[in-house]
Amino acid sequence: MLHTINKSPFEKNSLESCLRLAKPGHDILLIEDAVYAATSGTIVSELVEAAMEDKNVSVLGPDLASRGIDEARLLKGIGIVDYAGFVDLTVKNDKVQSWL
Amino acid sequence: MSFEINGKTYETDEEGYLADLADWNPEIAGHMAKEDDCDLSENHWEVINFLREYYDQYQIAPAVRVLTKAIGKKLGKDKGNSKYLYELFPYGPAKQACKYAGLPKPTGCV
Amino acid sequence: MSEPTVKRFMYINRRAPYGTVYSVEGLEVALIGAAFEQDVCMAFIDDGVYQLKKDQDTSATGIKNFSPAYRALGDYDVTRLYVEGESLQARGLTEDDLMALTYEDEDDDWAEKPSIRLVSREELSGLIDQQDVILHF
Repeated sequence: MLHTINKSPFEKNSLESCLRLAKPGHDILLIEDAVYAATSGTIVSELVEAAMEDKNVSVLGPDLASRGIDEARLLKGIGIVDYAGFVDLTVKNDKVQSWL
Repeated sequence: MSFEINGKTYETDEEGYLADLADWNPEIAGHMAKEDDCDLSENHWEVINFLREYYDQYQIAPAVRVLTKAIGKKLGKDKGNSKYLYELFPYGPAKQACKYAGLPKPTGCV
Repeated sequence: MSEPTVKRFMYINRRAPYGTVYSVEGLEVALIGAAFEQDVCMAFIDDGVYQLKKDQDTSATGIKNFSPAYRALGDYDVTRLYVEGESLQARGLTEDDLMALTYEDEDDDWAEKPSIRLVSREELSGLIDQQDVILHF
């Protein structure tokens, strides 16, 4: 299962809801305003780090760059994917959920 | 709306501003000026080129007050005043010059 | 002719850029308000602080990068951009993460001065209270 989240974790609870209901082994891709959740030192960093223990969390590179976030600011262990990587994740998983 | 130069069609919005900034070339400015019965002089080009540089740097077309101040700073007080700029561009220095420069309508113009 | 009424306007920006149109619309409205020679300031709270993040590069997404337009605010005499420190901190950011925005002070021989003013929640609350018109984006 692939989960995509596109809302800022500081404005909406989409991230929280997704992480609460996703199963171990699931892929989670942060896109658009959700990429802020991948940065270190925030009030949701711990939540994301806990999810990374049993889920594959990645973030969309072009959306990070748009928002001026350098890779060095990301939580350790978060994968960065490009658009082709996004497609690969979609193909690899039989189901996709978009958390809006 | 659209117009044609040398067989190539350029799209504009309903007020005649170029739809795609990237389409712009000096011939377009000349064409638009001619439609307004205006012959582009060196002084006109100075303002048009200034606006293109401003847009390149800030990604907005400046309002007339901002344009006047900025021209004054760059080209001197004798050019950074409404009288001089309105003589060059009687339809409004920001609006008309922005149009010739291929920029959108200035931010702060209604 | 009587002097036109100048009101104190504050535009409060609470949204991240690009994900929604709020921030670009808010910037445009602030610039329009300033062009009418009103006393305009802006506040950046919550995700709004991300609007001022430096090094935004939208080239891979095809979206227009409107962050350079914040640099024009000084030309429009919008010289006070209040950033709430608590909002930065919650997002792991410091003032160094923000664009260096400046204005030229007419009353001080056009000296270049920073437009961004880091304020606490309490200070911001007081500033909001002093405004005539407050608009949210």
